[in-house]
Amino acid sequence: MAIESDVLVIGGGLAGYASALSAAREGAHVRLVSYKQSTLQAASGLVDVLGYTPDGEGPLVDPYSAIPDLPAEHPYRTVGVDTVRSALSLFDEVVPSYHGGQTDANALVPTHGGTVKPTARYPASVRAGLASDERDALLVGFDGLVDFDATHVAAHLRSAGVPFGVRGVSIRFPGDLQADAKVTRYAKLLETNATVTVDGRQRQVRDALLDRVQSALDGESRVGFPAVLGDDDVIGVRDALEDSLGAEVFEVPMGPPSLPGLRLEDDIFDALDAAGVSIETGNPVVDYEPVAETTGETSATDESSRVAHVVVEKNGAEVPYSAEEYVLATGGLVGKGVESDRESVYEPIFDCHVPHPEDRYDWFDRAAFGDHPFARFGVDTDDDLRPLDGDGSTEFENLRAAGAVLGGYDFAAEKSGSGVSLATGYAAGRAAAGGVA
Amino acid sequence: MSDAESPPGVADTDSPAGVGESSGFEPEEPNTGEAFEPVDVFPDSDDFDLRPGADSCYKCSACDTSCPVAEVDDDFPGPKFQGPEQWRLKQSEDDYEVDDSVMDCSNCMRCDDACPSGVPLSQMHNTARGEYVSEQLSKRSVEYWRNRLLANYRLSASIASKVPRLANFAMNFGPARWLMEKTIGVTKEREFPEFESETFREWWARRGGAAASRERARESRQRRGEPADADKKVAYFHGCYSNYNSTSVGKSMVRVFEEFGYEIVVPEQKCSGTPMFANGMLKDARRHAEVNVSSMSDLIEQGYDAIASCTSCSMALRQEYPELFDIDGIDEVARHTFESVEYLRIHEDLRGELASTEVDGELAEEFAYHAPCHARNQGLERQALELFRELDGVGIEDVGDSCSGISGTYGWKKEKYEKSMEIGDEMFEHMEDAEGDVGMTECPTCASQMEHGTGYDIRHPLELLSAALVE
Repeated sequence: MAIESDVLVIGGGLAGYASALSAAREGAHVRLVSYKQSTLQAASGLVDVLGYTPDGEGPLVDPYSAIPDLPAEHPYRTVGVDTVRSALSLFDEVVPSYHGGQTDANALVPTHGGTVKPTARYPASVRAGLASDERDALLVGFDGLVDFDATHVAAHLRSAGVPFGVRGVSIRFPGDLQADAKVTRYAKLLETNATVTVDGRQRQVRDALLDRVQSALDGESRVGFPAVLGDDDVIGVRDALEDSLGAEVFEVPMGPPSLPGLRLEDDIFDALDAAGVSIETGNPVVDYEPVAETTGETSATDESSRVAHVVVEKNGAEVPYSAEEYVLATGGLVGKGVESDRESVYEPIFDCHVPHPEDRYDWFDRAAFGDHPFARFGVDTDDDLRPLDGDGSTEFENLRAAGAVLGGYDFAAEKSGSGVSLATGYAAGRAAAGGVA
Repeated sequence: MSDAESPPGVADTDSPAGVGESSGFEPEEPNTGEAFEPVDVFPDSDDFDLRPGADSCYKCSACDTSCPVAEVDDDFPGPKFQGPEQWRLKQSEDDYEVDDSVMDCSNCMRCDDACPSGVPLSQMHNTARGEYVSEQLSKRSVEYWRNRLLANYRLSASIASKVPRLANFAMNFGPARWLMEKTIGVTKEREFPEFESETFREWWARRGGAAASRERARESRQRRGEPADADKKVAYFHGCYSNYNSTSVGKSMVRVFEEFGYEIVVPEQKCSGTPMFANGMLKDARRHAEVNVSSMSDLIEQGYDAIASCTSCSMALRQEYPELFDIDGIDEVARHTFESVEYLRIHEDLRGELASTEVDGELAEEFAYHAPCHARNQGLERQALELFRELDGVGIEDVGDSCSGISGTYGWKKEKYEKSMEIGDEMFEHMEDAEGDVGMTECPTCASQMEHGTGYDIRHPLELLSAALVE
């Protein structure tokens, strides 16, 4: 026996989530298996579609209008601009707390690096911080939280030419947390408005924090904090701070580990739960078994093959998981959905073909920030997102790929990672559900 | 391949992207030819070499974010320090002493499940804690003896269960609890688990043991139309709680597996070691593991699989044993150990069977389900929901992904009690918000925390399976 479902999605990032949700909404019984907890904890929480063209042109005002001009091998060209829009609509439906859906235009969101990122959707907690807003802003960092250096961020934003005055200050977080306190610790204290010791007195953490911010404030009408303003109820924390401060409050998205990413994960997880998706984490898919070829003499000429089941490894035990349709959403080079060694670049579960130059010195550019071919490594697919082998024929009838395991685009340079994951996940999930007998 | 086999330097000359063509950066061509001689940096050692794990850590801090203790305890530096960083310090400085904060780790092992890079964090914590306890913690300290007492729950339980009524009275007698807190630092806030008047093993023997089970399984197979000689044999690892405290879980396991035609044996066994790992008592744990591995590997050779109903027991046999001990047969035991419901999901059409039945009577309830941390690493965090959400007569709701906060012995320690309850707060709240007022979980100590925080009755999925499929 095997653990069964109609559709099996491999991978717990945004692409896997989008695939699973889309397939489940079509009525399929879907199972999502992820080697580890969702990688959304490493995501900024911003959902981009396209910020720059592959030639580096941008920031783009309208990402959708740029899609038809992308190279033919780009995943957006595979699924088409209408699918990108449908996928974003589904996102808006399941994550209603996000902003940006009211317009096609990109929003410009300041980040903890002091850069301004073009993005299609953003959490409500960053709304008051948009760089297109001309009101002056104060950025407040906490001494021990070195990932957010407020004066540095402000200086970067000023030199990026933002249309408002911005200043950064660093204050001591009330309660004197140790130097390497985790972002979850800040969030927990703020969300529960815990009592902390300040100058020998017991005080509620928000009041003590506000006192310190108030004295740094110099007429700015909005105040930005590192993205640690709570976990489940960031809006509640933000509103409470705004009420007392008399200024608008916003979060500046940070690198990993990222609370906005974790909150996004929670929102989508709830949608998966409501859609009846079965989810499990903790063990890797390591292999697959093809459907046994029929013993008839025609089998040798029959090019198409199917995946019968995949193998999940649990501490040495190999457990078969079978489905009618499969979605490969295992990520790219960082997520280990695409692996490389000194000889080649490969996809480790199904050994799908990953096109790459034979000479590994052609895999990268000599300049650190150059145009690296490896950034576009990934599987090539047919119009239905099914991976193709080296001869251009479909690898498996019932396997589709979504997200960063796909080749043909450089999400880091284009700022298109979330959008490609959502759009290809949406398309792959729906196609997989459609393939279920 | 062609390039890798060329001697160094040759590939450059006809490479189209010749080195130095456009930028000042000229990477050295790596030596990939026959001249390459790997150097054995760390010579053979009997210790587990955790260096590959430490090297895999790229400092993303996913583990820190997943740590329930770091979220509430300002003195706990988190798993990234406890694991890869402390491991490096231990290797590089001869007189490095393990930081005493390793004792504040509750061994929930959530960091293992969080790490995207496969760093064996809990293995690092367990080895560091073992070293700390054996070399730095005073054997004359109250902490040592308190921890040893808590870790060796099986011993106390086996004594108490000989006089269950007296034990239940004495352990929950107010002044006695006060005295235990004052003298040995076991919190007086918690109710001790009740001891059953008949242990699971006594029940099992009275019922006829393995011979009776074989007979029952055969009858079931005949009724189900399966071959009489079908190879369906499991060895039950009941652990301490199912034997002494919550025997109905063990009895349900037996009834459900026999219903599916499995012959059960209940081999000689000791504590899985879970509370010993968490307290750094690796010598005690090894002594128990040797017994467990020996009896299980004999049975595995005869075609049995090992089944546990407690997710921490299955976790210990599957992951911690091979990570910490080098005992003959230990890898085979790990490979053949499964959690009970997981095993049925793999080998039987459990969803199909549940689709055609319904539950009435005592267990026709709405359940607030909590997934134990140790179930997560085994991929079992949603199986109860998957199985029961469409079962007629019952409802089930996930109370979220937070830790219950007790982590076995952690929440029993006087100085940890408050933190344990603070970690548990989120779960308590979600339980109160859930529709039902009966809890469900696979872990007996999570169950006691759930009961302690909400006053709910807590059931095990096997009990519901038994109600749905057997009774």
